Amino acid sequence: MTTGPMDCNELVELVTAYLDGSLDLEDRARFDLHLLECDGCENYLQQFRRTIATVGKVPFDELDPSFRNRLITAFRDWS
Amino acid sequence: MTKTAGDEDALVAALKGGDESAFVELVDRHTPAMLRVARGYVPSREIAEEVVQETWIALLKGIGSFEGRSSVRTWLFTVLVNIAKRRGMRERRDADVAVMAFTGGTVDPARFRDADDRFPGHWRPDEVPSPFPDTPEGSVLGDELITLARRELDTLPERQRVVVMMRDMLGLDSAEVCELLEISVANQRVLLHRGRAAVRQVLEDYLRETP
Repeated sequence: MTTGPMDCNELVELVTAYLDGSLDLEDRARFDLHLLECDGCENYLQQFRRTIATVGKVPFDELDPSFRNRLITAFRDWS
Repeated sequence: MTKTAGDEDALVAALKGGDESAFVELVDRHTPAMLRVARGYVPSREIAEEVVQETWIALLKGIGSFEGRSSVRTWLFTVLVNIAKRRGMRERRDADVAVMAFTGGTVDPARFRDADDRFPGHWRPDEVPSPFPDTPEGSVLGDELITLARRELDTLPERQRVVVMMRDMLGLDSAEVCELLEISVANQRVLLHRGRAAVRQVLEDYLRETP
C-alpha cells in the first residue's frame, strides 16, 4: 500500500472496508484525512450509505401460498 | 425486517413441543429469504423450493438437539447453503480465484482526472458526486429507489448477489457470510463492494436524470 495522500479513485474502492472497520490504521487515517478535504468523496460515502440502506429495504418475494402449504403438510407428516 | 432473538427462543421451545403455529411463524419469517438465497445456487425455482423444504425438514429432525448457540436463522442458512451447494449444478470451485483476478474499478475511470492533471486520480469537476436526497419512509422516490435496487440485485453475478443479500438484506455479519459461503474475508469484501457499487451506480444514474 502507498503511504502518500489518498486519491479519490483509491478511496472509492475502500468504502466497504472502511464501513466494516477493516482498514488498517494507516489506510483509515489516509481515508479520514482525504474525506476532510474532499466534498466529492464525502458525497460518495453518503451515496454508498444510502445505497446500503436502500438495499436493506428491498422486500423479499411474497411466499407462494401453495409452497407454504406444502411446508405445512411436510410438518404434519413429520410430527 | 430482522427480528430479535428473544421471541425466536420461545418459537423454538414451542416447536420442540410440536406446535404447528410456531413452525408456520418461523416458515413465514425465514422462507422468502431462503428461497432467494437458494435460487443463487440452483438452476430453477422448483429445485430452490426443494432445497428450502429439505432445510425445514432438517430443522424439524434436528430441533430436539438445537441448543440456541447460533440463531435459528444462522442455523437455517448454514444447512440451506450446504444442501443448495450439493444440488447446485454450477461450477464454483474456481470462483474464489476468479474474484481476485478481476482488478477493474467499481467507478468509471473516466470520472477521474488523468495522470497529467494537477490532481491526478481526483474527481473531474463535472463528475463530482452529489449527495442522494432524503427519502422518507414510503415516499414515491424512496419506493422507486428500492425498486431499482431490487432490479439491479437480480442482474448481479450470483456470488455478488448472495453476499449483498446476506449482508445488507439479512443483516448477517462478515464472519457469518464467510463461513456460510466458505470464502475468505478479502473475497467477501470484494464481492460485497462490487455488488453495492453496482447498485449505487444505478441509483446515481436515476437520480441524475430526475430533476
